[in-house]
Parts: sequence; C-alpha cells; structure tokens
Amino acid sequence: MAETITLGKALNHGLRRALENDSKVVIMGEDVGKLGGVFRITDGLQKDFGEDRVIDTPLAEAGIVGTAVGLAIRGYRPVCEIQFDGFVFPAYNQIVAQVAKMYYRSLGNVRIPIVIRIPYGGGIGAVEHHSESPEAYFAHTPGLKVVTCSNPADAYAMIQQSIASDDPIVFFEPKRRYWEKGEVDLGLDLAGAYPLHASRIARPGTDATVIAYGPMVRVALDAASAAEEDGRSLEVVDLRTLSPLDLAPVFESIRRTGRAVIVHEAPGNAGLGAEIAARITEECFYSLEAPVLRVTGFDVPYPAARLEEEYLPDLDRLLDAVDRSFGW
Amino acid sequence: MANDESQPGADAPAGGFVQLLTPDGERVDSVTTAEGVTYSVDFTDDEYRGLYRDLVTVRRLDTEATALQRQGELGIWASLLGQEAAQVGSGRALRPQDMAFPTYREHGVLYTRGIDPIMPFGLFRGVDQGGWDPNEFKFNLYTIVIGSQTLHATGYAMGVTMDGKTGGPDGEAVIAYFGDGATSQGEVNEAFVWSGVFNAPIVFFCQNNQYAISEPLERQTRIPLHRRADGYGFPGVRIDGNDVLATYAVTRAALDNARHGQGPTLIEAYTYRMGAHTSSDDPTRYRIASEVESWKAKDPISRLKAFLTKQQLADDTFFTEVDESARTLALDLRERVLAMPDPQPVTLFDNVYPTGSPEVDAQRRQFAEYQASFEGSAH
Repeated sequence: MAETITLGKALNHGLRRALENDSKVVIMGEDVGKLGGVFRITDGLQKDFGEDRVIDTPLAEAGIVGTAVGLAIRGYRPVCEIQFDGFVFPAYNQIVAQVAKMYYRSLGNVRIPIVIRIPYGGGIGAVEHHSESPEAYFAHTPGLKVVTCSNPADAYAMIQQSIASDDPIVFFEPKRRYWEKGEVDLGLDLAGAYPLHASRIARPGTDATVIAYGPMVRVALDAASAAEEDGRSLEVVDLRTLSPLDLAPVFESIRRTGRAVIVHEAPGNAGLGAEIAARITEECFYSLEAPVLRVTGFDVPYPAARLEEEYLPDLDRLLDAVDRSFGW
Repeated sequence: MANDESQPGADAPAGGFVQLLTPDGERVDSVTTAEGVTYSVDFTDDEYRGLYRDLVTVRRLDTEATALQRQGELGIWASLLGQEAAQVGSGRALRPQDMAFPTYREHGVLYTRGIDPIMPFGLFRGVDQGGWDPNEFKFNLYTIVIGSQTLHATGYAMGVTMDGKTGGPDGEAVIAYFGDGATSQGEVNEAFVWSGVFNAPIVFFCQNNQYAISEPLERQTRIPLHRRADGYGFPGVRIDGNDVLATYAVTRAALDNARHGQGPTLIEAYTYRMGAHTSSDDPTRYRIASEVESWKAKDPISRLKAFLTKQQLADDTFFTEVDESARTLALDLRERVLAMPDPQPVTLFDNVYPTGSPEVDAQRRQFAEYQASFEGSAH
C-alpha cells in the first residue's frame, strides 16, 4: 500500500485513520470542517465523519484547548488544530497551566490525551505571526510532550501515534514541507512502527554530526549532499521528539565524529539548541574536537517576508558552520 | 425600590433578585420574574431542617479550617464564610448524574456531593495539589487560575451532548462555579460563547461576593452580571445568594433545562464574602466595617433559623444537636488533617506523564542517589 504523497496528505490520511480506529477521537479547530483547514490537512474529514467528530469551532484558541480539556475529562481524545504558530498564544494559558499539569495535579487520576497540532516555521512568504517557531516554549513545560515530523512517512505514523498516546502532545508540522512528497506505507501497523519519542539517523556520515528537526532536516540533508562533493561526510540526526529529547543517538554519533552543529529556525537564545549543546558537553566532552555550534534564526522578531531568506538558516549558513567546526 | 427591609426583596440590589426567604426569615411563596418564569420550592419539614444542618456544618468546617491555618497547620485557606447558602443551595440542586466544576472555594458544594470534607485539604496543607478523580466524585479538581475551569466545564458539557445524554429527566447537566472577578476573564467569555453556540447543557453559577480580592464589583462591570447572558443568547437570572431556598429553586430549574437540552443559563448569586479572600488577605484595607455589618444582617443561616423557629419546625434541642454534630465533624476533620503525612521527597517525580519520560526517570534516579548520599550523616 505504499504511495507517494505529500506530507500534508500523509497527515490527512493519518487523521482519517485515527478517526476510523477510535470513536472517541474528535478534531476541533478553526475552519477544519467544510474548508478542510487553511492548509487542507483535514480535507474531507467532516464530510465523512460528521460535524460532531470534526468540529468547526468559534474563533478562540483558548476555547479550543480549554473545551478540549473538558472533553478529555469526559473520555474523548481531542485533536486541536491551531491555525498558525503565532496564534497559539491565546491558548498558551490553557496548554501550560491546565493541559500540562492536570495529570500531575490530579495524582495521576486525570489523563488529558490531547494532541495540539501547530503548523510552524517560515519560508512561505507569509505576514507576521504566520512563520514562527515557538517549540521551545512548550518543550520547557513539564507535563507536555513535543514532537515534530520532517517527512511524509513520519507525518503519517507520528500523528497516529500522538493521538493514540495518553500524554498531551504538541505536534509541530513543518508547514513549508506540507507539499513535499515521499513514500508512505498507508497500511503501516502502528504496533511495529518506529517509536514516537525516538530520534533517528536521517543520513549516516563520519566527519561531523548535524542535528536538525522539522523543516530544517531537508536543509541538513541537502547540506550533507553538498558537503559530500567537497569530500566531507556529514551525519544528519532528525530529532523528531523535542520533549523528551532522545539524545542517545546524538551522543553515539558525536563520539564517532567529534563535531556537532545544531540547526533550527527558532531564535538561538534559550532555544532547543542551547539545551542540546549543554547536554552534548556533559556527555561527550572528551570526544569533542570543537565547540558545539548552532545555526539558528536570529534573536529578532520574525522579519517581513522579503527578509526571511536572510533570517532562516539555509544550506550555506549550515556549511559555513561546518567549516568553522573543522577550522577549530 | 422600597427601603423597608421588612418587605420581601426590599434588600435586593437595583433590578431585583429572586428571593424566597427574607433576611428576617419570612417565606415568600413564589417569585415570577419579568420573563414570566415562576420559582418556588416545595420542601418537607425534614428537608428544611436538612438544609439548615448543611449550612451550619459547612460553616463550622470552614471555621475549623481557618483556625488550622492560623495555627500554622494549613499553608492557606480560602474561606466560604457568608457564601454557605449559595453553595449548599446550588449543590443540593444537583442530581447525582450532574458534574460540578469548582473554583478553590467550593467546599460547601463538595460537602453536598457527599464527599469527605478532608478531600481538598491536601492542597491547602501543601502535601499535594488537590488530586482526586473528578469522574468518581462528579466533582472536578479545584482550579486556581481564575475562570479556566469554565472552559473545561463547557467542553465536558459538549461531551454530554455528544454522548446523547441530554433530552430527558435522566439527562446530565454541568455546573461551572466562578466569581465576580472571573467574569472579566477572556476564557469565561469564551465559555459563554461556546456554550451558546453548541447549546451546551451547562449552568454558569457566578457567586458575586462583591470583591475580587480587594477590587469591588465596579472594577469588573458596569451592568449587573446576570445581564451579560443577554449578549450570549441565553437566560441570566439573579438570585439572593444568601437565600438557600431561592438558590436551590433557580439552580434546580436551570439544571433541569440544561439536561432537557435547552442549553445554558447564567445564574448570578448575589452574596457577600464575610471573611478575607484567603487567609493571606486583609480586607480592612479596602472595605468598611459598616458594610460588613449590613451584610451580617442578611446572614444565610440566621434567616433559615428564624424561619424554622417561627414555623415551629425546629426547637433549641434540634439547634443544639446540629451545632454539636457539626463540632464533632470539625474536630474529626482537625485530627485527620494533623495526621496527614508529608509526602516522600522522591514522589515529586510521580505522575508527570501517563506514559512516563526517560528524562524524568533519570532525574528521579539521580535525586534518589543524591538523597541516599546523606544517609548516616549528621545532616
């Protein structure tokens, strides 16, 4: 049943299968019904599953997540769509103060198996609030799990695994990769699938380790191809899970390569890269040939669309960092 | 509005409220609102006496908790003093299948649900965060961030509808508690919008106790709170929140409307927080003694006692026995609060994630080893 489909379509298939497999799964968000979502990720689902399972909500993000909490207490498994990364903040209180803490506060009596889907990142020429990378805010919050996919096959499996998990999960979707195609096994048996909270070597290499996630995995893979022409072998790790981090493969890689470059779109200051760099230093100090380097968005608000190519880490900035690592 | 407080409803705020028992203990047979809805109660003598027992008991337990806090046995206490009728009346109006979403002050509602009053004391003593199973008790966790639980209640109520559990006398209804301050929160207004749009089986029960810590009602609204409901498209009713009979009658009717699929109601229970916001507060800085005195004359318990006495439904023997059994409960509560064990340090890593986390597990191991390293030392 392997098909070549886009990442967006893979998510759509994954959501459809989750709705089919569990009658308690409901999708809720702005424009997710008739319209199928502004990115069409929920296309056709309301038509097939009805208005009670795929709910067009009032335009209020705190309401989406807050009512999802109540539905979860009632035994439902809500999948909330936040339309764009920059629109999640009205729901931030509910996510951080309620969703994340309910299981702890209740001494394990209340499970909140909510998935909060957030299209994130730049590169689509959008206006303000449509291109942000807020993952660190959520990864910093105990009680939440945070994952992100980089390719159609992972998108299909990870969205289903996230919905099936009893943990509350913030699911970041790399919106500029929605249209990239890849092979997906639509008959995938989740029981035998690659674990949700595990990172993966996306491309093996021997000379330096590039750590990426979400939309930057494609950039890292392209950089590795380019580096190969210069005779450098880059190993690319796709993190996939941002909280909890799964860094054992990263440490294992760096013990072989001795060099590490982390890349993400979010601003560098107090971003995921800072945490990863600190842990690499703790675990791999004697293996490092150079300091852990980061290639990130700058510490400025996300700029206007005509400047985003300069703002976003790209192949050249990543290879420049690799050069600096080798120049140490 | 007449100023003669001996007349029924004479003590109402401008615009009136539903009152079935005056501050002097005079029974009003029924009240018909401007919308043409008639409210009354039809209690047996035993039921009247039962309500009195509830009111006295929850006040006595509250008094004990305040004392425990003053003696250093609780970190903080949010007293319900003055709001007993609003809580007992609405709590007794719930049917067994109904679900309540409290703030952190609904100890009286908790009691009427038949729950052991010690349940929330873990939170106030600081040995846990107030953890219990909401579905077992039909009583959600105490919620501290103001107004957040109204959205949870709304979502739960949407789930009731999705489960097909409305539309008849056996239907389920949901009640969301909050205060006057919460009505300014965006999330509460979103809960109103959602409940209206989805016709959720919910009663929004606002205890307007006149103050949000120090800020008077005028800082939250320029119209009576119950009238906010107009803008969301469902009924809003103001009741005398110090009258347990009116509270019961109106809440029961609103809950029954909800369970029959007729959607939400906003109830504004007009009452007064006789004590401090919490034990950390000093109300003498923001309100005058004469105001507190005037509300003392509207006390929810003394009016029911006056009614029972006048109607010869109870005598001193009964009142003494109620006081005595409330005292026994309170002393038992005290003993059990004092016996609450401190949690083991390593339990702070428990219940972070239903499916666990290798990172939290690693920190737990490291912490346990660190703790063990002190064993046998003087410190």
